[in-house]
Amino acid sequence: MSLTHTATHLADNSVIIEMNGVNKWYDQFHVLKDINLQVRQQEKVVICGPSGSGKSTLIRTLNRLEEHQEGDIIVDGTTLTNDTKNIEVIRREVGMVFQQFNLFPHLSILDNVTIGPVWVRKMPRKQAEEIAYTFLERVGIGEQANKYPGQLSGGQQQRVAIARALAMQPKIMLFDEPTSALDPEMIKEVLDVMRELADQGMTMICVTHEMGFAREVADTMVFMDQGQIVEYAPCKDFFNNPREERCKAFLEQILNH
Amino acid sequence: MTKVIEDRRPPVTKTGTLGWIRSNLLFPWYNALLTLIAGWAIISAVRPFWNWAVTNATITLDPTIAKEYSGAAWGFIRDMWPVFMVGVYPEEHRWRPMVALLIVLALIMLTLVHKFRGTKWLYTLWGLSPLAVYLIIHGGFFTGLPVVDTHYWGGLMLTIILAAVAMLFAFPISVLLALGRTSDMPVIKSFCVAYIELVRGVPLITILFMASVVLPLFLPTNVELDKVLRAMVGITMFFSAYLAENIRGGLQGLGKGQYEAADAIGMGYWQKTFFIVLPQALRIVIPPMVNNFIGILKDTSLVGIVGLVDLLQIAFATTSNPKWFGRLEEAYVFIALWYWILCYSLSRYSQHLEKKYASK
Repeated sequence: MSLTHTATHLADNSVIIEMNGVNKWYDQFHVLKDINLQVRQQEKVVICGPSGSGKSTLIRTLNRLEEHQEGDIIVDGTTLTNDTKNIEVIRREVGMVFQQFNLFPHLSILDNVTIGPVWVRKMPRKQAEEIAYTFLERVGIGEQANKYPGQLSGGQQQRVAIARALAMQPKIMLFDEPTSALDPEMIKEVLDVMRELADQGMTMICVTHEMGFAREVADTMVFMDQGQIVEYAPCKDFFNNPREERCKAFLEQILNH
Repeated sequence: MTKVIEDRRPPVTKTGTLGWIRSNLLFPWYNALLTLIAGWAIISAVRPFWNWAVTNATITLDPTIAKEYSGAAWGFIRDMWPVFMVGVYPEEHRWRPMVALLIVLALIMLTLVHKFRGTKWLYTLWGLSPLAVYLIIHGGFFTGLPVVDTHYWGGLMLTIILAAVAMLFAFPISVLLALGRTSDMPVIKSFCVAYIELVRGVPLITILFMASVVLPLFLPTNVELDKVLRAMVGITMFFSAYLAENIRGGLQGLGKGQYEAADAIGMGYWQKTFFIVLPQALRIVIPPMVNNFIGILKDTSLVGIVGLVDLLQIAFATTSNPKWFGRLEEAYVFIALWYWILCYSLSRYSQHLEKKYASK
């Protein structure tokens, strides 16, 4: 068994996510292999790697969108099991942003953002709307609150999706390739919002190919290949002298294109 | 620099009514020929009907005078109008279905007023309306009205009541069946699959027979189930299976991302279903659903089999009346017109709904 990866330079912060010996299969296909990973409060982890390496699957196991078959996942003190109540408790504390935005097309932007606080957090509607406006302002969509998702550009939709996740006031944010479906001119506006969020001390785990963003924001870099964590390093070490060959090759490919 | 070209109108011969006629009906020569042939075919098909229904028709209430006309005797419809509407509902109480109808029409009017839309009291009134209609038409309970047993219900009134009740109950049942069929729970899932496949595999007539003939065999002899109620149960059961399959189509048409986004916020199953899944799935299935509703309306005409006198049966009954014996054509044309009006209204309403929700 490999040793648990943890961020030593953040050793003062308590561990908020723990994955111990996690294995997952899709049918016969071994998609996650012996994952041991700790994420500390306020830590920014960026996961990269070739497609099919299991990085999306990894973060999707953290809020149980994917089930794992072996090992323990402990999020904010709660162990993920089949218990639906447990899963819902964890999901309330973990926000997620998807590659395809996944806004609710039949609801207005405002309703997209308030639906979680009102029905899951049982917050009075008025208070939920105030919070929604605060977050929509913060991602720069304040004026569009009464529009529908179909009327916004991809970048705007993704920012609404971030506001929707934040309105639940989560302790952890998961980003699953948040800019991969965007036109190039819209990537920056989404990354700016994420940067700001990082500055405010949110615990974040991002799967992304945006290495510029990673270099700037990440505390910890994780490189995955074929379902394994191949390289785990503080951001600087990772970019300046990667140890693994596979990781070097990947970085060269992605940085020099 | 390039000179700016001013906008100008399109050539007259290519657009507008004139352009349309030119390009669709007259040019080239074989289109003109087809137009002539089609025109002739339409006229020769419609003319005899027109002669029968209008030119040679009469509206006299006297059957002996009507016999002198070769066309339709619309006096028959005038004479039998109340019977077509309510069947053998007692004459002195015919005002009651009228009042019930007026209540529903008034509600529709109120709903058309834009500022009343979506208000709570309007929903409440709609919610109470089936009960009010039932109490007025049936009487009894606290109303002080004499009871008119369902045995006396008939005609267009019965057709509409059967259809409305079936739609009202089949809809929620079918939503539950569709959700059950797509759920992960094996017992619920297999129950729903079994129900849907069983009921869909049997003709409606068989179910109506079962409800009226077989069901009483299983009940104690002193329990007598209302005939109309039995037909309602039969039609509702039958159509909830059909509707369920259409709604399942809508559920499957929804992207996986919608479920995941709702999950990720921490919504429970019912929250996800009510706020995210159903509103979207039902929108997708408006056209097939209305298709089902139109089917329900028309298939109520099968209840004659179990002894109910709906609109179709009234046509049979009135034409065997010695006074207007054998006026089958008039009766059929008349009830066909009613079925068409009702079905077409449903279809228009569905188009309105589609338009309303398409923008979002």
